[in-house]
Amino acid sequence: MSQSASTAQVAVAPAGAQLELPKKHYLNDGTTIRSWLLTVDHKRIAIMYLVGTTFGLLLGGIFAMVLRLELLTPGPTIIEALTYNRMFTLHGLVMIFMFMIPAIPGVFGNFFLPIMLGAKDVAFPKWNLTSYYVYLAGAALMLWGLITGGADTGWTFYTPYSTTTTTNIAPVMLGVFVIGFSSILTGLNFIVTIHTLRAPGVTWFKMPLFVWAIYGTSIIQVLATPVIGLTTLLVAAEHTFGFGFFDPARGGDPILFQHLFWFYSHPAVYIMVLPAMGVISEAICAFSRKNIFGYSMIAMSSLGIAFVGFFAWGHHLFTSGQSAFDAGAFAAISMLVGVFTAIKIFNWVGTLYKGAISFTAPFAYICGFLFFLVFGGMTGIALATVSLDVHWQDTYFVVAHFHFIMVGAVIMGFLTALHYWFPKMFGRKYPENWGLLAAGLIVLGFNATFIPQFLLGNAGMPRRYYEYPERFAALNVASTAGASLLAFGFIIIAIYLAIALFNGEVAGRNPWGSRGYEWDTPSPPPTENFDHPVDHTRIPHDYTDTEDVATVSHAT
Amino acid sequence: MNELLRQMLFLPEQASTFALDVDHLHYFVIIVTTFASAAVGLVAIAFFWKYRQRRPNQATPMVNPTAGFEVAVITIPLAIFLLWFFIGFRDFVKLSSPPPDAMDVYVMGKQWMWKFAYPEGPSSVGVLHVPANRPVRLLITSRDVIHSVFIPAFRVKMDAQPGRYTETWFTATVPGRYQLLCTEYCGAQHSKMWGEVVVMAPEAFDEWIKDQQRGMVTRQDVLADEDQVNLQGDLREMGKRVAIDQGCLRCHSVNDAVYGSEQHIGPTWVDLYQRPTKLDNGTEIIADEAYLTESMMDPNAKIVAGYTAVMPSYQGKLSGPETAALVEYIKSLRSDRIRQASVKGPLYEPVR
Repeated sequence: MSQSASTAQVAVAPAGAQLELPKKHYLNDGTTIRSWLLTVDHKRIAIMYLVGTTFGLLLGGIFAMVLRLELLTPGPTIIEALTYNRMFTLHGLVMIFMFMIPAIPGVFGNFFLPIMLGAKDVAFPKWNLTSYYVYLAGAALMLWGLITGGADTGWTFYTPYSTTTTTNIAPVMLGVFVIGFSSILTGLNFIVTIHTLRAPGVTWFKMPLFVWAIYGTSIIQVLATPVIGLTTLLVAAEHTFGFGFFDPARGGDPILFQHLFWFYSHPAVYIMVLPAMGVISEAICAFSRKNIFGYSMIAMSSLGIAFVGFFAWGHHLFTSGQSAFDAGAFAAISMLVGVFTAIKIFNWVGTLYKGAISFTAPFAYICGFLFFLVFGGMTGIALATVSLDVHWQDTYFVVAHFHFIMVGAVIMGFLTALHYWFPKMFGRKYPENWGLLAAGLIVLGFNATFIPQFLLGNAGMPRRYYEYPERFAALNVASTAGASLLAFGFIIIAIYLAIALFNGEVAGRNPWGSRGYEWDTPSPPPTENFDHPVDHTRIPHDYTDTEDVATVSHAT
Repeated sequence: MNELLRQMLFLPEQASTFALDVDHLHYFVIIVTTFASAAVGLVAIAFFWKYRQRRPNQATPMVNPTAGFEVAVITIPLAIFLLWFFIGFRDFVKLSSPPPDAMDVYVMGKQWMWKFAYPEGPSSVGVLHVPANRPVRLLITSRDVIHSVFIPAFRVKMDAQPGRYTETWFTATVPGRYQLLCTEYCGAQHSKMWGEVVVMAPEAFDEWIKDQQRGMVTRQDVLADEDQVNLQGDLREMGKRVAIDQGCLRCHSVNDAVYGSEQHIGPTWVDLYQRPTKLDNGTEIIADEAYLTESMMDPNAKIVAGYTAVMPSYQGKLSGPETAALVEYIKSLRSDRIRQASVKGPLYEPVR
């Protein structure tokens, strides 16, 4: 029986009694606006990220619905061509830079990384706050630029279109540049935290897998983000001052831009998806009450993806006139990313073996995640199979593929984390039945939205089409119908979580009976994270001896 | 079987030799994926049922994978992925290597239309006529931003890059009309930048192109005038005019007599096309379309051994059609001597 667990026993009320929130916790430690805006507490910064990124998700979602409505009919439906082009630019940029990249590291990484390591905070708390404001400033600049300048280049900014467009793209590029610094700061902070602030007993191979995933992510953020920063500045300079970097009419090379852009933007996919994989590694243990099947394989495959992901970017250029040798090399390397992902998938399924599975809302999202990752990943392998890509490149097949990964897998990971850790973060439970209903709607909605898009790509419908030939109409209607299901699911989640935030049943220290380190602290945790000395001597998610947590769980 | 799968996957008709290769690999990938993921899914569902939680705080044994399991989950997927890769790469290499006897068509994208030009005329906007059962090579460029030629029924696609030529090829198999779409976002009318490929029986095509060339002189292409270059007429004639206007001939000889005797400022154009050429860094290249275009746009990228880097860049000075015309003109300059056949790389012969 470990020290922490016995302390836990003392801390909770006796069985059957009404649970109460701890008297003092990080949420009520200072109630003024100033105490929030100037906080250096990683948990409060995480909550601010939750507000910021959720706003990004909402905006990006609204733009997505406008796009889907426009595509309901082959001709013009509700907006003009130029507005449509601006909408998909907005949708892509907002979703990627305001939601996908910062969401899981910013919210759940910030909140749980120090707690999982047994630290009181991240290594540089003030940088952490700075990083958030840099994110806000960059996002505001980007949005302002998009709305007033009307950039219509798509989030990929391909030159020379982006450097010759009459719309004003400079503020957008600067916004992306600024957000990049937030990403670098957060990544650096996490790397230093993981290296220096592990509590005694938390050796590298006893770190929770979520920490390993964040570690891999942070490495990519620090190494790749400077390249997109540089590239956006070059594009802005070419557009504003007429320097000839990428425009052949001015002596530049448009393919150079594509290489620079994808050198960041391909690893950026792993910035988005690795944290989601980390969440799944934690939650699948908690809901199958099993140790992870193949800890070191999963940890190392995160690093493997982070490393190999840097050398796969050329698979975005198969039809650009790139040499056949380059295409082959990039394709072969891309296959390795698939293998690392396959290792994770097999080990997650293996984790269920001899477990004790409870089918809760987070578990439903785990299933959704696995489904989207398998098919998103396999279509990625298919796209990397050079000759197949020639037909699919820049069609809706690509759109569906990356939405399966980014929307499917990443949002499933985000929702898993939100539901799994909601009781820890706010001390209250969400209504389980509503959770399951919304999860069902969302998984169904995603499939109904994007499976027709795979077929549209097969049929040959190019992406970024405002109007399309009649023969694509039926599948587009199906996709739009699916998107409305999806929107409905998100609205249900927003409503029940908002209610649960204030009126939900009090959760207690460990409502799931999870053996992750973070559940040793009260819910919500106190400002200094722990109410007792940290003792992380067991390995995380060891369910062989559940006697000690049993008392706690009964009480709950 | 082919027809059933094609319909199920909403694939367009298969109207080129390449389409069948691509679709067969596609079916292979999708069938393996379906069975593999169904197997994993069924195992997971069996686990959900068999290992459902039976009592609160249930303890579970510590289970870790054996080394054999880990080796299997690495090697089996890797073997399958690499198999797909090898088939896909083989087909891709085929797509990147046009056969020597392919018929050339110059393709230029501009916001927001497609222009097609045959070396000996005619040229057209929006409609590409090609013969069935003969390989056709597209030499593609763009006048403004990046576009991309996509013919779904042929399963081919290639970006149109400003300032350089890219190439792709196909052998159409079924006469008919097929849509050509732009797949690289290029602005407001991107989704309307459609063209049409008309595949004709070979004899009908020969008739058609003769007819066109006869009537060429009298017709005016209304859309070509804003190009400042008349796209009508023989590309080689136009190339000769461009070479004179741009002063190319001050440094490059086009005269048979000069070849082999005194060295000019620049390498001679006679027999330049497809000539194995030694560069000053010791490597040897084949003077193909890509090299010729590059030498106009970025002359100092590859310097022929024995010459000095004095040529200015013609980036921005030559339009897409003018570049095409120059390339075609250079290709037409042949001496009588027997050419040394290149042993490296594919040999491209223009159709005369």
